[in-house]
Amino acid sequence: MFTRRRTWAMLFAIAMIPILLAIAVYLSSDRLAPGEGPPFLDRVTQNGLFTGFTAMLLAIPLFLPLTISVVAGDTIAGEAGLGTLRYLLIAPVNRARLLIVKYLGTLVFTLAGTFTLMTAGAIIGAILFPVGPVTLLSGDVIQIPEALGRMALVALYTTVSMMGMLALGLFISTLTTIPVGAMTGVLIASGVSQILDNLPQLSWLHEWLFTHYWLDFADILRQPMELSSLGSNLLLQLGYVAVFGSLAYGRFTTKDILS
Amino acid sequence: MSEKGQWAIETNGLIKAFGDQKAVAGISLAVPRGSVFGFLGPNGSGKTTTIRMLLGLAEATSGEIKLLDHAIPKELQIALPKVGALVEGPAFYPYMSGRNNLIRIDSADRFSDPSTRKARVDAALERVGLSNAAKKKVHAYSLGMKQRLGLANALLKPRELLILDEPTNGLDPQGTREVRNLIRSLAAEGITIFLSSHLLTEIEQLCDHVAVMSAGKILAQGSLAELRSHGQTRLILKVDKIDEAVDILKSEGIGKIKFSGKNMIAPVVEDLDVSKINEVLVKKKIKVSEIRLEHPSLEEYFVDLTGEGFEVVR
Repeated sequence: MFTRRRTWAMLFAIAMIPILLAIAVYLSSDRLAPGEGPPFLDRVTQNGLFTGFTAMLLAIPLFLPLTISVVAGDTIAGEAGLGTLRYLLIAPVNRARLLIVKYLGTLVFTLAGTFTLMTAGAIIGAILFPVGPVTLLSGDVIQIPEALGRMALVALYTTVSMMGMLALGLFISTLTTIPVGAMTGVLIASGVSQILDNLPQLSWLHEWLFTHYWLDFADILRQPMELSSLGSNLLLQLGYVAVFGSLAYGRFTTKDILS
Repeated sequence: MSEKGQWAIETNGLIKAFGDQKAVAGISLAVPRGSVFGFLGPNGSGKTTTIRMLLGLAEATSGEIKLLDHAIPKELQIALPKVGALVEGPAFYPYMSGRNNLIRIDSADRFSDPSTRKARVDAALERVGLSNAAKKKVHAYSLGMKQRLGLANALLKPRELLILDEPTNGLDPQGTREVRNLIRSLAAEGITIFLSSHLLTEIEQLCDHVAVMSAGKILAQGSLAELRSHGQTRLILKVDKIDEAVDILKSEGIGKIKFSGKNMIAPVVEDLDVSKINEVLVKKKIKVSEIRLEHPSLEEYFVDLTGEGFEVVR
């Protein structure tokens, strides 16, 4: 996957989010009062290290799922569409093993994506804005090395947040030979999930939606770190992985490969 | 070490049904080890479906399959490393070079030896004549080059069985000749070759055994010599005085004469002495403008078995 131009192009685009954000804030002459505008945006000018967090907040609802759905939708449908799936299976490659390898590949991409975003944010933030000890949401101040550590944790947390969606993508990918179709399906699922999460009438459903805890990475920016939502997220994602992973396994190991 | 069985591929009452329709309606293939086996049939006869079942890509509705004495699909992972295949055309990653494609596919195979990988890939490319184009990305390949790369993929390591679906498709005459020679040399090494093709001349040139399939059933299976013997040798005659010629032929024991335009056609024995017939006709003052023996061809037999016509059967 990492030999493809497309993969590097997506990582580049992900890196651009914090970079463009930082440049836009830097060039704008309006100074935001604390608390105004999107969360964390007001803190960026004071401390460049916030660029990554702000960028993550902006990227999570749509852009990050977009790039991830490209990779997830491509897992099996891409091979089927190219015709290479039959040759891989004849090599021979065990079908279950293929699913696992493909899934892990998408997970690695997601990890690369989130870390790219945080790293690019840290670098551009350090270039354009002053950098110093970071004031957390809870009011405490932490030193730079710890701040960098928390940035890594945010990247890790977001990767975990995406695990369920990746499994959903893998499953949808076994249903079609058109990668774009699979990608669109996953993306729509993430959009619908976020919409449903915002409807108060469906509050009983909210904690079962795979997007529910996505924005809770902010809990890492408290002292002490609030781990309850992190724990719930992990369980939820593992649940999705189990369900959709089994569905993908069931579907893929029994279907005739006619592509 | 168990003895190698007599058959490279064996099926017993193999059926594949899609809903109500049987694409493969109970076939029993027997492909002898070391043979070059031709698999013939019109479009829609169920050949490709059969091949997919042999390779474990599709599941049989009922019936048994044995590939190199291994039950499929139970022992699929044991049998497949010994099998190379080209099925329904080559397929590769267009954004990678030919060489890297082969490396990628070989790496996916758990049973292949990583230390010999590059050497084997290069040897396979050499064998199909792609060494010079190996570094180019596959999206720049012509169909013929992709076909060759597909053959190289089938030859990535020593195989006991090759399943080739239309291997000369898209190749120019030179390439076709080379591939046929390649098949001959592989057969000489003792590899069983299962060749699916529409080109009857190709089957006749290369194969020693044949199975003819139509509408999901095998109509005939056996050695090429056996199948040819079913055909009828014919005498083709063109003369000026037809009625007299008919009498003369009758006196020579040749009856059932049919007329096709100006030609007279009659079924005869294989070792008919044509020169004698000619002599007799000429002695009776009949002008003979054309006289020849037509030996049975596989093509006729094939058309007889499967019916004339270009339509897909189902």
